[in-house]
Amino acid sequence: MSGDNEETQTTENTPMDEKVQDKVISPEKSEEAKLKARYPNLGNKPGGSDLLRKRLQKGQKYFDSGDYNMAKAKIKNKQLPTAAPEKTEITGDHIPTPQDLPQRKPSLVASKLAG
Amino acid sequence: MLIRMNDVQWCFSQVKGAIDDDVAEADIISTVEFNHSGELLATGDKGGRVVIFQQEPESKNQPQCRGEYNVYSTFQSHEPEFDYLKSLEIEEKINKIRWLPQKNAAQFLLSTNDKTIKLWKISERDKRPEGYNLKEEDGRYRDLNTVTTLRVPVFRPMDLMVEASPRRVFANAHTYHVNSISVNSDCETYLSADDLRINLWNLEITDRSFNIVDIKPTNMEELTEVITAVEFHPNQCNTFVYSSSKGTIRLCDMRASALCDKHAKQFEEPEDPNNRSFFSEIISSISDVKFSHSGRYMMTRDYLSVKIWDLNMESRPVETYQVHEYLRSKLCSLYENDCIFDKFECCWNGNDSVVMTGSYNNFFRMFDRGYRQDVTLEASRENSKPRSVLKPRKVSTGGKRKKDEISVDSLDFNKKILHTAWHPLDNIIAVATTNNLYIFQEKLN
Repeated sequence: MSGDNEETQTTENTPMDEKVQDKVISPEKSEEAKLKARYPNLGNKPGGSDLLRKRLQKGQKYFDSGDYNMAKAKIKNKQLPTAAPEKTEITGDHIPTPQDLPQRKPSLVASKLAG
Repeated sequence: MLIRMNDVQWCFSQVKGAIDDDVAEADIISTVEFNHSGELLATGDKGGRVVIFQQEPESKNQPQCRGEYNVYSTFQSHEPEFDYLKSLEIEEKINKIRWLPQKNAAQFLLSTNDKTIKLWKISERDKRPEGYNLKEEDGRYRDLNTVTTLRVPVFRPMDLMVEASPRRVFANAHTYHVNSISVNSDCETYLSADDLRINLWNLEITDRSFNIVDIKPTNMEELTEVITAVEFHPNQCNTFVYSSSKGTIRLCDMRASALCDKHAKQFEEPEDPNNRSFFSEIISSISDVKFSHSGRYMMTRDYLSVKIWDLNMESRPVETYQVHEYLRSKLCSLYENDCIFDKFECCWNGNDSVVMTGSYNNFFRMFDRGYRQDVTLEASRENSKPRSVLKPRKVSTGGKRKKDEISVDSLDFNKKILHTAWHPLDNIIAVATTNNLYIFQEKLN
């Protein structure tokens, strides 16, 4: 990577010198050490498939079609229809349906750049 | 004639957008683009709206400055959608706008969100027909018994009306999120790229597109890189490049085969294995690639630098400019607050002698390639007195902070300049902060 300071190292280094030189030569590595100290479970493949797959799935996913169909089946079996979501509802228990979702309308307000 | 960059004094010209600090999501500017003559300047925002500004002709009263940009047209390009099959919201945010070269009185541009590209026609209407035989001026039909003579309707001038209409909608061709579009020099085709695929379209045909690059692995667990940007060569209609999240650029020749999975050239700078860290790959991800106007060079932007590549040399860039090297020792916190994933764009000036890109704290940087000079400027309301000259800014990296310098820890990482544009001919630049558009011009004496 361009821009790194590459200092020629003498063959004999005391451990203290090495630590200091590490910090001087590679600020990235010391930042990496900092990160690993905070998140010890961080995997070793940062740019790997986990990060990329998260990127590919960008976008709020509201419901899974399998869950959705199960929930619909549940509703059919009950005598009473499911009530509107209550405030005491446990997160994750209620499967959203297309009807529940807030309709995202386009902005009817003109851009402030044009104001 | 190349003018030394530091001889150019940049002055504030205009700022567009609201002053209040409370920024609505929809007002976040997501793309800025001059048209080929520089007369028009388009912006797109997170709310799916496009605003086009037009430069006023230079006035004789004020020869010191070039014309101002005023609103020409504004329209809702994309609307939020919901993909029921995947239960995913499709954002209306405009990811990119690209102008078509002008062929007749109307102007055309392509705008895209994550899934759909649209071709918009912007046309002027400055006259209307009057004097119909069967209709009154207000449109009501006349009583035929009152019509005794015949006349020819004539066109009379009216107040200028600028209309934007969607002429083509290119939909359903991308499974993943569209990150860039590029119009071919042949003016007949264009490319659209998502994370894993690149499609070639004909501007006239919306129900078909050719997939020419596909990097999706059979097993998604083996995914190692994604496409980050694509651009057609400015004058070779068979050549395009695409950049990746691993820091490579591949050049493809469409004459070689229908499917361009095999690249003609691969540009990659070798990495020093001793310097590899957890962050190396993330900061090497290329967020923008732009050909020079000449077509001889291309510029790439990664998290910390701007690199200029000679198309004849794949092994390493010919020039590297550090945008904000002082951030290298802040990568840990930049990873935690997600700033390390910010996608900065870059641009060339008209004669390819200077390049520009944005940074944090509403700073933006220019690099003069010939004279090896660079400057940091700031887009802020404090420096927005008409025609006030912008003062160069400096970030202090050492322990001692000089007066007027700002320390790295005081930088505001929420004030990012991701999008900048340079007029194709003149020294006029458009710089977008989160929700404001600044226009700066060269001071003319």
